Amino acid sequence: MDAPGGMIDVALRLEVQDLYAAYSACLDHGALEEWPDFFTEDCVYRLVPRENFDRGLPLATLAFESRGMLKDRVYGATQTLFHQPYYQRHLVSGIRVTGIEGGAVRAEANYLVVRTRKNELSEVFNCGRYVDRIVRDAGRLRFAEKLCVFDSELIPNSIIYPV
Amino acid sequence: MNAPDREPASDLWPDPLVSRVPYRVYTDPGLYREELERFFYRGHWCYVGLEAEVPNPGDFKRTMIGERSVILVRAEDGSLAVVENHCAHRGARFCQREFGTAKRFVCPYHQWNYDLKGNLVGVPFRQGFVVEGRKVGGMPPDFDMKAHGLTRLRVQSHNGVVFASFDHGVPDLRDYLGPEVMPWYERVFDGRRLVVLGYSRQRIPGNWKLMQENIKDPYHPGLLHTWFVTFGLWRADQRSQMVLDAHGRHAAMISRRNQGGEGEATRGVASFRQNMKLHDERVLDVVPEPWWNGPTVTMLTLFPSVIVQQQVNSVSTRHIVPRGPGVFDFHWTHFGFADDTPEMTRRRLRQANLFGPAGYVSADDGEVIEMQQQGFVQDPAARTLSELGGRDVGPTDHMVTETLIRGLYRYWRGVMEV
Ligand SMILES: [Fe+2]
Repeated sequence: MDAPGGMIDVALRLEVQDLYAAYSACLDHGALEEWPDFFTEDCVYRLVPRENFDRGLPLATLAFESRGMLKDRVYGATQTLFHQPYYQRHLVSGIRVTGIEGGAVRAEANYLVVRTRKNELSEVFNCGRYVDRIVRDAGRLRFAEKLCVFDSELIPNSIIYPV
Repeated sequence: MNAPDREPASDLWPDPLVSRVPYRVYTDPGLYREELERFFYRGHWCYVGLEAEVPNPGDFKRTMIGERSVILVRAEDGSLAVVENHCAHRGARFCQREFGTAKRFVCPYHQWNYDLKGNLVGVPFRQGFVVEGRKVGGMPPDFDMKAHGLTRLRVQSHNGVVFASFDHGVPDLRDYLGPEVMPWYERVFDGRRLVVLGYSRQRIPGNWKLMQENIKDPYHPGLLHTWFVTFGLWRADQRSQMVLDAHGRHAAMISRRNQGGEGEATRGVASFRQNMKLHDERVLDVVPEPWWNGPTVTMLTLFPSVIVQQQVNSVSTRHIVPRGPGVFDFHWTHFGFADDTPEMTRRRLRQANLFGPAGYVSADDGEVIEMQQQGFVQDPAARTLSELGGRDVGPTDHMVTETLIRGLYRYWRGVMEV
């Protein structure tokens, strides 16, 4: 993933954009069992209220340290956590490749997740930014780290599905 | 003392049973306003935070007691003060930061300023102003700075946890918490220095009392929460104890983890998953701590405003902030102890995946509370039924009981005079 002449390769940028599009589509179509495949085996996934992030406090709303923990979350969300089902819709914008280091791409993006429950109006559910490290792993780009820092610190009751 | 928009007490709750709560108790705006007065603003201590959140002089934290915004601050002499967050001049809620450090509180509107204990120390143009050699304006000569400070609350802290009351006649905090619950409080808060790990906040569309009831309800965790029953963190076949104070308002649910798996306590329990095995077991990497002295879980409900959680290695306070009869905010403060090893801190943070607004054993508590409120609204004339283990109130040595919920309503009816 070298960047020739200090410029970030256009093909790479498109590939990164495709990764985000595929990630959103996976979550929005409810294909949760495919969600862990977007991550490396020893990935880090953290969903963090912005106040904790800004103040350097380590607590996360969700904190996973392996693809195994992501699989456990999918099982937990779909098979164990009782909840009122909802659709989610991710709007991801401003995808920026912010750097390339040691064979990994650093990227950031804004996200907005809209929640829609059956027979209810759609509502803004969670908005924030992704701060990610992306690597090429077994032939495709995957997240080695995904940090979701959300502005929506007051969570509308509960977060069940991944963001 | 009935609010004018409220039904006569005898119509609301005609029989003496505390096990049958009229749905209207969760939906009526008049009752709700009366609860704010009688529980949050009078005769009770409310949680405002941890001393560790305001370690140094000038450090402040903005928080809520009922629907009133207050500021917990460490004054210059190191003492703790709590003042109400509205200016004595024109009422502005002057403090808009959640945390910070200040020498003075200054209202931005007309720059009235107060010291950290809420005394009014500065009023611009108080002596008037000289225009073309003539003194004009100014406050009247009898204006008394001392009479126009911020509303000051009574404050007491016990082993690092700070409570405040608008009612200066409230009994001492120790007496308020009572000798039954105090040993369990002091098991977690024994005077060790606390370290804040971070916050979670959620808005739950249900009446605030439902969260108190949820943590006074040992019946549901082994049924609603798959993780508890499957991994033996909370279920009917554990050695348990239910404790209440003399009034029935505060309580402790105490239990010991067992090995989980199939048994009497899982027979017919739909949430039990016999073959559930984690891909990564670090989320449940429980290491017993010396201060537990046996129990692996103690859940304290300190009425009306806070829950103290110790569930294996995860410890937190959960602050209840009512927002109307049908909604409350719930603020979680996860913490550890100053002598924790880095491994223990990591363990507490990992186990935090079980708790909070997305937690494996608490996201669904918010969901069922929302569903309860939906039921209450649709049929206010109906009543709940909490008669597991009988209709009386008292401590038990098992968890197959709803006695703590009954205790809460015995107390509630007394204070509310219904
Ligand atoms: Fe629960």
